Amino acid sequence: MVKNLNLRAAVLSLVIFVVLMLIWELANQHTESTAGNSEYELLMGGSEPQARVPNPSEIGALAITELSDPFYDKGPNDKGIGLQLLYSIKRVAMGYLLAALIAIPTGFLIGMSPLMQRALDPFIQVLKPISPLAWMPLALFILKDSEVSSVFVIFICSIWPMLINTAFGVSAVKKDYINVARTHELGKLRTAFLVILPAAAPTILTGMRISIGIAWLVIVAAEMLVGGTGIGYYVWNEWNNLDLTSVIFSILMIGVVGMVLDNLLARATKMVQYVE
Amino acid sequence: MSYFVNAQGLTKTYPGIGKGNPLTVFDEVSFGINKGEFVCIIGHSGCGKSTILNILAGLDSASAGVVLMENREVAGPSLDRGVVFQNYSLLPWMSLLRNITFAVESRWPRWNKEQVLAHSMRYIEMVGLKGSEGHKPSQLSGGMRQRVSIARAFAIEPKLLLLDEPFGALDALTRGLIQEELIKIWEQTNQTVFMITHDVDEAILLSDRILLMTNGPFAQIAESVVIDIPRPRDRSGIIHHPHYYTIRNHVVEFLVKRSKELANPELRGQTRKAGGKPGYPPEINPVTGKVKQATPGSSTAGTKFNRNVVNLS
Repeated sequence: MVKNLNLRAAVLSLVIFVVLMLIWELANQHTESTAGNSEYELLMGGSEPQARVPNPSEIGALAITELSDPFYDKGPNDKGIGLQLLYSIKRVAMGYLLAALIAIPTGFLIGMSPLMQRALDPFIQVLKPISPLAWMPLALFILKDSEVSSVFVIFICSIWPMLINTAFGVSAVKKDYINVARTHELGKLRTAFLVILPAAAPTILTGMRISIGIAWLVIVAAEMLVGGTGIGYYVWNEWNNLDLTSVIFSILMIGVVGMVLDNLLARATKMVQYVE
Repeated sequence: MSYFVNAQGLTKTYPGIGKGNPLTVFDEVSFGINKGEFVCIIGHSGCGKSTILNILAGLDSASAGVVLMENREVAGPSLDRGVVFQNYSLLPWMSLLRNITFAVESRWPRWNKEQVLAHSMRYIEMVGLKGSEGHKPSQLSGGMRQRVSIARAFAIEPKLLLLDEPFGALDALTRGLIQEELIKIWEQTNQTVFMITHDVDEAILLSDRILLMTNGPFAQIAESVVIDIPRPRDRSGIIHHPHYYTIRNHVVEFLVKRSKELANPELRGQTRKAGGKPGYPPEINPVTGKVKQATPGSSTAGTKFNRNVVNLS
């Protein structure tokens, strides 16, 4: 029955997709009228009275050519989509891992110590709601490097969900488990790694999953600002080139990569999940 | 001679909430446990039994009074005191085996892997769970989980075993089976046990003495009932013993009637005064009707000789 349900869902998805694409394709046809075009207009190929959004067929054709050679590099203004995505993923990975390195131990500290929790709470409350892009000018001034600045922006936006979830997960570890550790005279370090970390792991991983989602959202905006390389820059560059087909194609690719990242973290969460 | 475990004048007072009066759950509770003795404590909910057990374990602290074990003050949790909680308290992300080996590793940090494994497996076998050692606790039934918890507590070979209503969440059939296993293991290990229960039959089956608590607040241990039914005991045989119903009726009568009466403030004053004195709580043998002052080492002398003591360590 489950398999059957999956199959039916897949078929339905396909049907919805085809219907939407057909509507898009058919409602968005050339209004080809050469009448009234001057010789100059004809010469320039400007046969359409109005610019229009590209059709699915055009996007599909572009996707095939782009994806058949995703990693070419013909200078700063012409790089393959795969290469651009890799630039973005690299920045996200660096900022994200740096954030995890700081957020998880700090979260542990906050979760374990009510004193630290109260002492650090005002800082977290003020820093958390700041849009990560607001840090960009300051980062550019201090770090003097656009690449490093975008990594910093990723770092600052992905640190909060991890920090808050770790602190919550650690402070919410059941007292029974702590008592087990205490009655067995586990040292501080063994308690942390043997009891608290595995008990809080599902909550921590949930925070990491939220963080990776936010980081992927923010990198596009950050790269639009700093330029140079990356998928965000690519989108903006194609907009400047008035190549809407490429814009739509890269939007789709951003979605696909975001889905993959989320899936990876979802799997990791599943691995540390336990049933009480 | 002194008691192996000696609780002296334990009092637990919780501060009042807001402007409320502070709440004293139990007041001047004193008792002793001899080495190798199995002692049960019975009382109505809210009289602070679990708190007393946690104080013995070192997980909680008393507002006043002190617990001595081998004449040393209990100041915190220790591997010398194993605890079995009502909700099993297994770590759900670990396999059954790992739940025991981590405890064994903490007890004997210098042992190598083979020693830890062999020791752990011996106790898994003892509770009849060989073959399930790779399972996670969530894959086991409540009874099996409690067996693991008991195996873990025995595996660290503590000097004192504390059982907090270990069978409370189990159905009657499973409970009976595990009770018999518990007696069997206890007889093999010469363990000193302090156990909380609500079940009078369970208490008579298992213990050398039953401590009876009056109702809270200001709960007291009113008396210590000697169970002079010889061991080994088993569930089907014990009910035919001539002393069984005399003891049972005495305990039930206490729980139904006297636990309430003794809790009234006037009588409480008398027991409170007695609480701190030596020889308290009075030792009562419901069969002979004899009441005497408690003295260390006295109560279990008659029942011990039948025990087949094998030291596993």
